[in-house]
Amino acid sequence: MSEQQVDNGKRRFLIAATTAVGGIAGVAVIAPFVMSMMPSQRAKAAGAPVEVDISKIEPGMLLAVAWQGKPVWVVNRTKTMLKDLPTNDSRLVDPKSEQEQQPPYAKNEFRSIKPEYLVVVGICTHLGCSPTYRPEMAPPDLGPKWDGGWFCPCHGSKYDLSARVYKDVPAPLNMVIPPHHYLSDTRILVGEGPKGA
Amino acid sequence: MKKFLLALLFVPLTAFASEGNIHLDKAPINLNDYGSLQRGARIFTNYCLSCHSAAAMRYSRMEDIGLSKDQIKNNLMFATDQVGNPMTISMTPDEAKLWFGAAPPDLSVEARARTPDWLYTYLRSFYRDDSRPTGWNNTVFEKVGMPHVLWSLQGVQHLKEPAEGEHGAPDFTLVHPGKMSPAEYNAMVGDLVNYLTWMAEPAKTTRLELGVVVLLFLGLFFILAYYLKKEFWKDIH
Amino acid sequence: MSTMQKLVGWIDDRFPLTSNWKTHLSEYYAPKNFNFWYFFGSLALLVLVLQIVTGIFLTMNYKPDATLAFLSVEYIMRDVEWGWLIRYMHSTGASMFFVVVYLHMFRGLMYGSYRKPRELIWIFGMFLYLALMAEAFMGYLLPWGQMSYWGAQVIISLFGAIPVVGDALSTWIRGDYVVSDATLNRFFAFHVIALPLVLVGLVAAHIIALHEVGSNNPDGIEIKKHKDPVTHIPLDGIPFHPYYTVKDIMGVVVFLMVFTAIVFFAPEMGGWFLEPDNFIPANGLKTPEHIVPLWYFTPFYAILRAVPDKFMGVVAMGAAVVIMFFLPWLDRSKVKSIRYRGNLYKTILTLFVISFIGLGYLGTQAPTAVTTNIARVLSIIYFAFFLLMPWYTKIDKTKPEPERVTG
Repeated sequence: MSEQQVDNGKRRFLIAATTAVGGIAGVAVIAPFVMSMMPSQRAKAAGAPVEVDISKIEPGMLLAVAWQGKPVWVVNRTKTMLKDLPTNDSRLVDPKSEQEQQPPYAKNEFRSIKPEYLVVVGICTHLGCSPTYRPEMAPPDLGPKWDGGWFCPCHGSKYDLSARVYKDVPAPLNMVIPPHHYLSDTRILVGEGPKGA
Repeated sequence: MKKFLLALLFVPLTAFASEGNIHLDKAPINLNDYGSLQRGARIFTNYCLSCHSAAAMRYSRMEDIGLSKDQIKNNLMFATDQVGNPMTISMTPDEAKLWFGAAPPDLSVEARARTPDWLYTYLRSFYRDDSRPTGWNNTVFEKVGMPHVLWSLQGVQHLKEPAEGEHGAPDFTLVHPGKMSPAEYNAMVGDLVNYLTWMAEPAKTTRLELGVVVLLFLGLFFILAYYLKKEFWKDIH
Repeated sequence: MSTMQKLVGWIDDRFPLTSNWKTHLSEYYAPKNFNFWYFFGSLALLVLVLQIVTGIFLTMNYKPDATLAFLSVEYIMRDVEWGWLIRYMHSTGASMFFVVVYLHMFRGLMYGSYRKPRELIWIFGMFLYLALMAEAFMGYLLPWGQMSYWGAQVIISLFGAIPVVGDALSTWIRGDYVVSDATLNRFFAFHVIALPLVLVGLVAAHIIALHEVGSNNPDGIEIKKHKDPVTHIPLDGIPFHPYYTVKDIMGVVVFLMVFTAIVFFAPEMGGWFLEPDNFIPANGLKTPEHIVPLWYFTPFYAILRAVPDKFMGVVAMGAAVVIMFFLPWLDRSKVKSIRYRGNLYKTILTLFVISFIGLGYLGTQAPTAVTTNIARVLSIIYFAFFLLMPWYTKIDKTKPEPERVTG
């Protein structure tokens, strides 16, 4: 009888040990399969930082480039546009850019390094559509208070010209400012922050 | 006619593949010798990469052999500006066919198709042959379409015809020395082939290292599984 | 009652979980005298799962397109995280599948596992073997290297030997006048979905049939003849779970040691699992000088070449596989297991093994006049093993079988 109990203890230990080692083996086998679904070297290479020449963007116009396959907009905002920006604050969800939707060097009232040039990932924070650029003032469909920004055709989210989201729309957050920095006065690199930042 | 000529071009090569009586020297392969791999990478990008592509290989992968992105960009990239790009060439296969008679093969996995020893011997076995359109012939790859790209380094060799029934290493004489001594040239080709071998399977080093860990782990697993089985089978008489 | 028991009870009211567990594992009584040869059935199942899982992950990055296929394999080998490991597991798994299946089949041969009442298990197994050959053949085209291409070209051309419809048939299989993008694309479809479904279905039938009649054993006697009068459990039977599960775990670990040793240290296996010529992209204008099928087809390939006539060669090759289906009815011996057979059978079985391995070797070599003649002799032995079986198994001096299984 006592021998039987010793056996049971040994048996339980061996079962536990084999299960543990087998479990580790299982996880070790699953890991490479899970990781194989991460972006490949090709995707990473295609997602490398992109150089943009901003000298050709006329005031008030938007240039769209692809970075990591996503639309990135560079907008040359006019003096008037910049002047109008603070007037929206009370109607915005996050006027001071408290949420981490931008790198620290773009956390300012214009959400940009240089006030006139806004660099933003053109994807609505609601469900990933790309909003339409509507720089005109008070168009009939957007109402008299509209002073330029983006309107998302999918579910009607609205953003101002700093890509800050308006209240009472489905999108919860401001659009994302990607890491970027100036290579020269007319060239920016999207995808990489300034050295030391 | 074209097909026939093309077929003719490959006859000697395939003859080699089946017979294997061509003497091959042992290539000095050491995938852990980053110095050699880096020198090989430089020779590859300088001499090979203008006609041969390595379309499966990204420049950035050379970080695995101890190079930084900036070193790769500044010293090894001539055809493109993105370090993540593959090693392609601007020459199209059609143009290549026009110039060389056959498109130079992509070299991504050449070392696995040919073996490193073959490449090592081949790159040292060019000799002067005025009957060939390029002026060059090769004892490993007879009537090869590729000219001796590295001749200014190796110099010019002549081949002494082997006597009847004689086998073994062919007898070369260096009639015009190149910029390198024979020993330097052999070392340089060794580096190049080392690089080609690494490039054919960049994961090989990881594979070998991981294999040891996996086998040790399974060894432990086996001990447990063995005792588990023994324990349960005590019941069976 | 614990939560776990409650959950199981809830499921059992709706799905036969516990009863299936009992039927197939905890109360499936297998003979207690299984030896080394009985590992390979469960190992074959393991390799099937491995091939399906690695295959699914390979299809995530592979491109079944003649212009992209070769590079997409190298893409998996380099750019996809851990892609090289998944690919080597799949390529090694293909060959190991045949290693395991051949050993499994040989076990059946030795111990008479195909004999009554297990004829259907053998038939399902043979269909599995056929499906596996088709699966491997079509999968081998996918890397789109020189051997992929020309191997497919040769095998498909075999169908051209069939009188009248042959040429039309091989064109139909290819979907083109030569092996091309269309062929690659349809082989991909068969390889990744059609044949795996067939394989899984056949495996289920194979196991259900096995569990219906019970396992054979190295003595070739029926354990169901001697049951406990009260419990009706075979006296020489032990529950598959836990006894054979723990034993199979041990076998699996040993198998994995061999498998991973190949995957990590010799994935090419000296050119037997991955051929050097397959690192050259397919080229329809240039045949490699020495073209052979992968090692697991070479016995049949040697039989094909041994016959001087094209059509008869194809017939002989097909017959070499088909004849195995009839094994249950060819064997007239009083005993099942080799343990109780006479020297005549043992000699002939040895000759058969030598002929199979010999043909396999010759199939990898370039044919010469001498080797072709050897291949002919071996082919005759191969067929004689089957065709003369009703005669020699009948006159063979057998030993009496024991009443109960021996150690």
